[in-house]
Amino acid sequence: MLAFIIRRIGQSILVLLIVGLVAFSMFRFVGDPIDNMLGQERTIEDVERLRTQLGLDQPFPVQYYRFLEGAAQGNFGVSYRQGRPVSEILLERAPATLELAAVSGMLAIVFGIALGVFTAIRRNGATANIIMATSLIGVSLPTFLIGILLIYLFSVELGWLPSFGRGETVQIGESWTTGFLTISGLKALILPSITLGLYQMTLIMRLVRSEMLEVLRQDYIRFARARGLTDRVVNFRHALKNTMVPVVTVIGLQLGAIIAFAIITETVFQWPGVGLLFINAIQFVDIPVMAAYLMLISVMFVGINLIVDILYVFIDPRLRVDRTGAH
Amino acid sequence: MTTPVLSIRNLSVEIPTRGGVVKPVDGVSYDIAKGEILGVVGESGAGKSMAGNAVIGLLNPPAHISAGEIWLNGTRIDPLQGEAMRRLRGKEIGMIFQDPLTSLNPLLTIGDQLAETILTHLPVSRSEAEKRAVAALEEVGIPGAAERIDSYPHEFSGGMRQRVVIALALCAEPSLVIADEPTTALDVSVQAQIIALLKRLCRERGTAVMLITHDMGVIAETADRVAVMYAGRLAELGDVRDVLTAPQHPYTHGLMASTPLASLGQRRLHQIPGSMPRLTQMPDGCAFHPRCPQAQDKCRQAPSPDLADGRASCWFPMMAEAAE
Repeated sequence: MLAFIIRRIGQSILVLLIVGLVAFSMFRFVGDPIDNMLGQERTIEDVERLRTQLGLDQPFPVQYYRFLEGAAQGNFGVSYRQGRPVSEILLERAPATLELAAVSGMLAIVFGIALGVFTAIRRNGATANIIMATSLIGVSLPTFLIGILLIYLFSVELGWLPSFGRGETVQIGESWTTGFLTISGLKALILPSITLGLYQMTLIMRLVRSEMLEVLRQDYIRFARARGLTDRVVNFRHALKNTMVPVVTVIGLQLGAIIAFAIITETVFQWPGVGLLFINAIQFVDIPVMAAYLMLISVMFVGINLIVDILYVFIDPRLRVDRTGAH
Repeated sequence: MTTPVLSIRNLSVEIPTRGGVVKPVDGVSYDIAKGEILGVVGESGAGKSMAGNAVIGLLNPPAHISAGEIWLNGTRIDPLQGEAMRRLRGKEIGMIFQDPLTSLNPLLTIGDQLAETILTHLPVSRSEAEKRAVAALEEVGIPGAAERIDSYPHEFSGGMRQRVVIALALCAEPSLVIADEPTTALDVSVQAQIIALLKRLCRERGTAVMLITHDMGVIAETADRVAVMYAGRLAELGDVRDVLTAPQHPYTHGLMASTPLASLGQRRLHQIPGSMPRLTQMPDGCAFHPRCPQAQDKCRQAPSPDLADGRASCWFPMMAEAAE
C-alpha cells in the first residue's frame, strides 16, 4: 500500500513537471508583458533592460527552470501587474474559489447520486423520465448561459439574490475569508454554485444511473433478491456500493474540473476567486500569476486523482493485493 | 396424504413480444414432497428455469404467470406480490444459481452476506447471526470457517464459492430449495462433491429440492423423481428409476440415448435430429412431432395429451420392451 502511494506520488510529480513545461512553452504566444508594463513613452533601451531584468530574454526552458527553482522554495515570483508576491495574491483569492467549488461539488455529488439512484430504480416511472429529459438541458446548455439565465430570473426579475460578488465576508485566522457566516455571503453563493455544479450534477446523475442499471442486472443482485433481502438493502447496500467504483473516478475528475472551470462562472458572477484572477492575468500577460495558477490547478487535479486511486482500494477489496489469507 | 411442500398446477408463463405472445412454460403440473428431490431436465429453453423463477417470484418482466396455481405448504403463493413474496424468498424458498463466480457480491465479505440474510428472516441478534453464519459455513464444509468468515468472495475457489452459495440459500432453513444448474459452471471433479453436499443437507433437514439441470448423470445420481420438459410442456414425469430405465416418451428415450454413460460403452452417441422449435414458431399438434421417430398423423394434428392420465405426454407412449 505504501509502495503504491509512493509510486503514484512519483508519477504525479512527473505529470506536474510536464504540465509546467507545456504551459511555459505557450506563454510566449499569449503576448508580450513588456507592452503592458511600459507606457507609450518608452525607449528601446527601457524595453531591453526590463526584458533582461525579468529574464524574458532567456529561452523558455531556462525560464521554466528558474520558475521551478523558485517554486520549490515557495516563491512564485512577483506579479507584473500588481507588483506583489504571487503566493500572497493566490492565498488571498483561493478561499473564494475553494468555497464556491466545495458548495458546487457537494450539490453535484449529493443531488447527482440521489437522482441517479432514483432514476435507476424507477427507470420506467414518469418522474424518472421527466428528470432524465430535464437533465439533457443541464448537459447541453453552456455554463455561462445558465449563469446569465439565473441572474436574469433571480436577480433582475425577482430581485431575490445578488447578481455578482461574494457579499459580506468574515476573516478567519491569518488568510482565510469566508462567506459562509453571513446571510449576504450565503445568498451570494447560491446562484454561482448552481451554475458551476449543474453540469457536473447531471453528468454524475446520468453516470450513476447507467452504472446502477448495469449492476442491477448482475447475478449477485438476483441472488440477493432470491435470498429475500429488502429492496432497500438490495438497492443501497448491494447495488449502490458496486456502482460507486467507476463513479468515484469520475467524481474525482469532476471535482478538479469544478475548480478549473470556475473561471467561467467567476467571470459571469464577478466572483473574486483565482479564476477571475487568471482571466485578468491573461489580459495583462502576467506570466508569474498564470504559471502559479496553472501549477496550482495541476496539483489539485493530480492530488484528487491520487486520493481517488487510494479510495478504490477501500471500496473494492479485490484491489487489496497485499492482504494476507488470500489463497 | 400429507400436503406436498410444492404443488404446481397447470402453470403457464407468458412473455408478450413484438411477434406475439410466447409461452415458455405451458400448463405444467408437478408436486414435490418433503425431503424429496425432483429433477427437472430438458434442453436449453425448455422452460425449466422459467418455471423455477415463477415459483420464487423472480420472473423478469414482461414475463409473467398467465395461468395456473402455485401452492407452498398448502398456501397459494402465485398471487402474492411485493413484500409478501419477498418474505417467502430465502425464508421458505431458497435458490441456488448456476454460476458461483457471479452470484456473490464481490464487495461484501461472505460473513456479511450470510449475517444479513439470517437477520432478514430470523429474529436473532447480530452476534447470534454471526455465530450462525460460522455454523452455516462449517456445515457446507468450508475449512476454517471461523477465519474465512471475513474473507471476500474472490478469495475462494469456484467450488468453495458454490458451497458458500448453498450455505446462503439454506441459512434460513427454507422448506424448498430451487437449484438452477448448480454444478454446470464447476469442474467435473467438484460437481460430484457439490451434488453430494446438497443431497446430504436436504436429506438431513427434510428440504424439498427442485433440481434443474440438463445433466442426466446428475439426475440419475440425485433425484427421487424426474420431470422431463420439452418446449415449455411436461413430456414425462415419474420415479427416476422408471423414467431412466424405461422411458415412455420418445423425447426422454432420445435424451437417454444421447447421454454418455461410461458403462454402456457405446461407440457413438445418439443424436435427436433437428432442434427444439422456437417459441414463436410452435408446430401444430405435439411440439415434438417434427423430431419424433414415431410420429403419426394424430401427433401432427392434436396437441399431446395431458399427463393426468399417464406418465408421458404422448399419444403413443413407448412400452417397456420398446425402450430396451
